[in-house]
Amino acid sequence: MTAPAIRLRELCKTYLVPEREAGTGAALRSLFHRRMRAVAAVDGLNFDLAPGEIVGFLGPNGAGKTTTLKMLAGLLHPTAGECRVLDHVPWKRERDFLRQITLVMGQRNQLVWDIPAADSFELNRAIYRLPVADYRRTLDELTGLLDLGPLLKVPVRNLSLGERMKCEVAAALLHRPQVVFLDEPTIGLDVTMQRRIRTFIAEYNHRYGATILLTSHYMADVEALCKRVIVIHHGRLLFDGDLADLVQQFTAHKTIVVQLEDCAADLHFYGELVDCSDGRFTLRVPKAETAHVTERLLADLPVIDLLVEDPPIEEVIDRVFTQETGRENLNTTPMERGQADKKDIQGYA
Amino acid sequence: MKLLLQIRHLLNLYVQQFKTTFATMVQYRASLVIWTISAVLEPLVYLIVWSTVSNGSGGSVGSYTAQGFAAYYIALMIVNQVTYTWIMYEYEYRVRQGYLSFALLRPVHPIHADIADNLSSKLITLPLVLIVAAVLALLFHPSAGLHAWALLAFLPALVLAFLVRFLIEWTLALAAFWTTRVSALNQVYFVLMLFLSGQIAPLGLFPPWLQTVAAVLPFRWMLGFPVELLVGRLTPLQSLEGLGVQAAWLVLSLLLVRVVWRAGVRVYSAVGA
Repeated sequence: MTAPAIRLRELCKTYLVPEREAGTGAALRSLFHRRMRAVAAVDGLNFDLAPGEIVGFLGPNGAGKTTTLKMLAGLLHPTAGECRVLDHVPWKRERDFLRQITLVMGQRNQLVWDIPAADSFELNRAIYRLPVADYRRTLDELTGLLDLGPLLKVPVRNLSLGERMKCEVAAALLHRPQVVFLDEPTIGLDVTMQRRIRTFIAEYNHRYGATILLTSHYMADVEALCKRVIVIHHGRLLFDGDLADLVQQFTAHKTIVVQLEDCAADLHFYGELVDCSDGRFTLRVPKAETAHVTERLLADLPVIDLLVEDPPIEEVIDRVFTQETGRENLNTTPMERGQADKKDIQGYA
Repeated sequence: MKLLLQIRHLLNLYVQQFKTTFATMVQYRASLVIWTISAVLEPLVYLIVWSTVSNGSGGSVGSYTAQGFAAYYIALMIVNQVTYTWIMYEYEYRVRQGYLSFALLRPVHPIHADIADNLSSKLITLPLVLIVAAVLALLFHPSAGLHAWALLAFLPALVLAFLVRFLIEWTLALAAFWTTRVSALNQVYFVLMLFLSGQIAPLGLFPPWLQTVAAVLPFRWMLGFPVELLVGRLTPLQSLEGLGVQAAWLVLSLLLVRVVWRAGVRVYSAVGA
């Protein structure tokens, strides 16, 4: 088996945060005695990424995603534990290591503001010591994939947010890194641009076999790109596996959308009524009962249209996040999972 | 062989950074004028004040006549323009806005980009300052003993002064890793520079004990020494000794940069971006 591109073992990062109550008295006291609180941003993470994987890294705000990414990129020293990227210790910041990775942070610009992107690219070429031929070839490919053509000659400050993001991504990939960290790359972009970036990331991974670790709050990013997701919360691993499995594990319900003539009918016997507008009923039913309820609806009512859906993935993720302690590691056996689901249903109603 | 390649790559980096900063600078024409004016104004004020004092004190103060002060401060204007930095403000800004992360992700020491940026910014302002200096020379009739050997020694003295000043101010800029109150530190430094580098008064006018203090500290070697050399106030021996002291400060400041940068990165990494 090939060595993992990224490996984390019991990785921890604890910040010391000064703590103080409000008020002038407390402010004065803090001059003499500073109270510090230890915040465990990352608390014992373990996972491996094989070369060429695209993995989604999910978690609510403050879960420790950006902290983990920064440790992997060498920007932060871990407090404890071990992490290796391409067989280097990231925080040593060896030149060889830095030449093989990149970190793209959404909404942060590394491009020089007042000059055309092409000039910033030339600067990057000098920084990464890229041979001219390689650089031209990579630039051409990136220009094609991202449709950059006319944008390169325009000063960056005159580009729209989406165009700027495309150029930022290109700048970050000029040196063809083997490991790509993407921290919310599509944040703030319009739908079309998000799609474009997503397609690009998939294509880049396909062409160059780069290992990609992506954090995003847009489920569409994760759904489109990542077969595997890692979910963390409070700095701890909640889930590590296929996205499909995650949905399976955390949905106790399915949604049935029934189109009738109007909202007059009373459907509460069939399932929990979520919403009705213009005859379009949205019902939530326990997963196990879906077939049965659907059958009954079709038999009993003049159904114009019927649709069975998984709940939106945002809802699933939200449920994952709001699971509190006692269910910290969810890679449990099916038996335990079944028991847990039952508990969920009871809690949910 | 490998060293040669490294140097070539580094030179290429400097060239690219030069182009980048230059392209940015030419967009800010109004700022260029303002920067030139502020570069000129301070030495000009000292010049006028000291000339006035000199004329009112029977023609001279110490070994400086009004014309002597004129020569001194015109030279100071030029040397200051070559050696000054604004890097402390840069780093405060970068740390606060989180741009330092980009510098840390690059496989090259950030000081190179900073040096290139500094020098390239001066490519435009220095000629302007030289023009103003020429005009001031016409107005104030400076007098200085210009010697060929002094002019020869001036160039290395200027280069060393620039390097020492840049390296030390760069090291001080890294204080941004440890505190957000960098401005306070800047103020202390600028006051020391003001008095002990030969700005507010030529160091030759100070009492001997203060001159000794100034000789031990780095500030004179960043600014005052090349000025004194240029206007012919030093003997050949003093000039040679001075170059030696500058070289020593260069070695010291290189060491300082290395140590403080390493420590700073560790602290930055501990606290977070």
